[in-house]
Amino acid sequence: MIGAVLIAFLGALLAPWVERNLKQANWVLALLPLGLTIYFASLLPAVLEGAPLRHSVDWVPTLGVRLSFYLDGLSLLFALLICGIGTFIVIYSGGYLKGHPDLGRFYLIILLFMASMLGLVLADHFVTLFVMWELTSLTSYLLIGFNHREFRSRRAALQALLVTAGGGLALLAGLILLSGMAGTPYLSELPALQQHPLYLSALVLVLLGAFTKSAQFPFHFWLPNAMEAPTPVSAYLHSATMVKAGVYLLARLQPSLGSSEVWSSVLMAFGLVTLLTGATLTFRHTDLKRLLAYSTVAALGALVFAIGLVPLTSYYGAVGFATFLLAHSLYKGGLFMAAGAVDHEAGTRDIHQLSGLFRVMPITGVAVGLAALSLAGLPPVLGFIGKEVLYMASLQAAPAWMVGLAVLGFAVGATLATLLVVPFFRGQPPEGVHEGSPSLWLGPLVLAGLGLLVGLFPGLYNPLADAVASAVKGKAVEYHLKLWPGFNLALLLSLLTVLLGLGLYFLYPRLWAWMATDPLPGPENAYNALLRGLMRLAVGLARLLQNGSLRAYLVWTFAGLVGLVGLALLPKGLAWPQGAAPLKPALGLLVGLMLLGALAALRLRSHLGMVVVVGIVGAGVALLFLLQNAPDLAITQFLVETLTAILIALVLLQIPRLGRVPPGRPLDKLVALAFGGLITLLMLHMLGQPIAPHLSRFFAEKSLPEGFGQNIVNVILVDFRGLDTFGEIAVVGLAGLGVYALLRRRKEEH
Amino acid sequence: MEVLLSFLVGGLFAVGVYLMLRPHLIQFLIGFLVVGNAANLLIFTAGRLGSQFPPLVPPGGELLEPIANPLPQALILTAIVIGFGLAAFGIVLFFRAQQELGTLNGEAMPEQFETAPLPSLVDEPQTPQERVPA
Repeated sequence: MIGAVLIAFLGALLAPWVERNLKQANWVLALLPLGLTIYFASLLPAVLEGAPLRHSVDWVPTLGVRLSFYLDGLSLLFALLICGIGTFIVIYSGGYLKGHPDLGRFYLIILLFMASMLGLVLADHFVTLFVMWELTSLTSYLLIGFNHREFRSRRAALQALLVTAGGGLALLAGLILLSGMAGTPYLSELPALQQHPLYLSALVLVLLGAFTKSAQFPFHFWLPNAMEAPTPVSAYLHSATMVKAGVYLLARLQPSLGSSEVWSSVLMAFGLVTLLTGATLTFRHTDLKRLLAYSTVAALGALVFAIGLVPLTSYYGAVGFATFLLAHSLYKGGLFMAAGAVDHEAGTRDIHQLSGLFRVMPITGVAVGLAALSLAGLPPVLGFIGKEVLYMASLQAAPAWMVGLAVLGFAVGATLATLLVVPFFRGQPPEGVHEGSPSLWLGPLVLAGLGLLVGLFPGLYNPLADAVASAVKGKAVEYHLKLWPGFNLALLLSLLTVLLGLGLYFLYPRLWAWMATDPLPGPENAYNALLRGLMRLAVGLARLLQNGSLRAYLVWTFAGLVGLVGLALLPKGLAWPQGAAPLKPALGLLVGLMLLGALAALRLRSHLGMVVVVGIVGAGVALLFLLQNAPDLAITQFLVETLTAILIALVLLQIPRLGRVPPGRPLDKLVALAFGGLITLLMLHMLGQPIAPHLSRFFAEKSLPEGFGQNIVNVILVDFRGLDTFGEIAVVGLAGLGVYALLRRRKEEH
Repeated sequence: MEVLLSFLVGGLFAVGVYLMLRPHLIQFLIGFLVVGNAANLLIFTAGRLGSQFPPLVPPGGELLEPIANPLPQALILTAIVIGFGLAAFGIVLFFRAQQELGTLNGEAMPEQFETAPLPSLVDEPQTPQERVPA
């Protein structure tokens, strides 16, 4: 299993090379997901027998992080969907993006996405899960922004990244909390946590992660905007796989976090609101991809609603989830690819401008027809069965008004299905439009065909559906999926749904004219306002702090130091040095002289005077070193002071006198005095502490026997801390090079 | 002794910082040198004063007490040399600034870079110039 994920990643890295060197690269590259599909299908018997597989290897052993994978029914269904649909997406990409200069990069990223998604649904350790989760966000960012020269693509990509990765941060916190509460980092070992005092906090964090990823209200807005991506991306990420990651996580955690009133009511409420939001906003659009995107939002809402129902129902909730999940992935992936094919051949995706397509694109037409049946929830396809079981679950546990709203949401699915099918059969076919290459119709046809096959023979899916439902429910579930359940209330609701959907279809022109006129306020406005505010804040801060004035920087730095260090020093109180050395009169005189010299610098205008001031302070320090038994320092200081004075004198002679200088500002004086005072206080405080002599002692004692030098300071510099000195030489050398470069450039100019 | 030096260092820092805040870069330079010296004195005082002998080992190998603390001395020696490198670079830099810009008044120097407006992350660009060239 680990090998499969690794092979997926490695195969992705090879994709650009394959694309460059082979003509039909898409068919060759599709062998990778196809092979993985076959591999996972071969694991079916073992998993269906109720024995989940677990593999793990050390990843970061020091932190106890293991690369650990777990395969049960739920993971297996997702793995099969990811690799199976991925196969057709890769084939489709080759036809859809034929001749695109960046096709190699496209294969690379979309296969990387597939590998990350595979890692996500197989992950057992929460760190593995999180890393894969963020990898899907990142690759999704690159794929939505694939046409990166377009502003709209970049904006949509950034929006998707900020929303999903922002939720990802909440998820990380939630996962850390969960593993702490449970005492295990493995998702497969999580116990029931509803009674834990931190339950609510962990739940909110996890829900934030899942809701942003799965585009639940109020985070739904990024998903329709992500339609700026090339169609293969929309078909793969934003219908069948990535947006289901949040749903997957909720389903995975249902046994340990579900069975609480909060869980069911929150999931049902948000799911239902999302379902209705997606359904309502459908009426604002005529673009095929946008229509499908809102229908995806609605379907994701329905799935979250179903997970909320799982603990409240015997088994309908879990089975409804398992069935509707597969049905939606199959029909939505197919419809997206078909929409892209229509766009590719007819040059438009506007349903008002398309007509009579069936005559010129019969294969795509058949695929769309079958998928639309599933979308509308009509027999004999899988969508019908999925919706029936969901209705039974709602009838068993949800209040009547919720059932009513759900019916309304699903009715819009039927309306949309009609809207999609009509352009194929009504009106005259456009000139010069014909069926696309096999790579364009193979995916839609197979996926829609599978929906029909499983709908006619639900027994094919029954064992896996039971395994998925058991994983979600947390205990063994057995249910007999049937195409014809007999006359019951759910069937009546289905009938009502279709009738309502048809009614809405006839109202559609009026609803559209009414709703599509103005931009609606929504959560996206909040997102925009947040980003604009963030940019304004950044600009304002930069203007305040990075305004190009040296003085301002220094004032901020020094005032900041006074504030922060002063704040830390304040509670410690004043200290007075203990056992200080007695005052020497010669030193006292020297100190007075240095202070006087420094103060004189404040008043001086002449350059020579300044050189003298620098000399007084520097020489004073040197004398002080000499009097305090530091001969090496005194010698160096004298040497350096002389050199500095000569340098300054040489330069200052070439510069005119200062002239009129504006008077000092009170703020500057205040900052300078405060900083000087702080230093004095700090020194007094420091001198009040005992000194740790062991290092100095070590150097003094080892200098002769181990460093073979009598001058301890010199031995420290060239021996004990030789590398430091080496760095110092490099710094001085670089400064010298800088001086040389500055002076030489002048010569060349003249 | 240490108390007196604490006040000296504080005073030198105050003068140095004030000079660094003045508009003229020559004053900045002088202030910078003063602050550098003051910092060295601070480290020196931190190693405590009151020694009788420099940090040298007599030929016999027996240390004379009380000996001066060698560790701060080694650190300051490095600091003096690096400070000189920085000062030399600064002096030449200011010299060149005077030649190129005709002034050493930091506030009077011409603005060399202009602040372009940041691109919006949410609003479509209005002018074609803001678009990324194809």
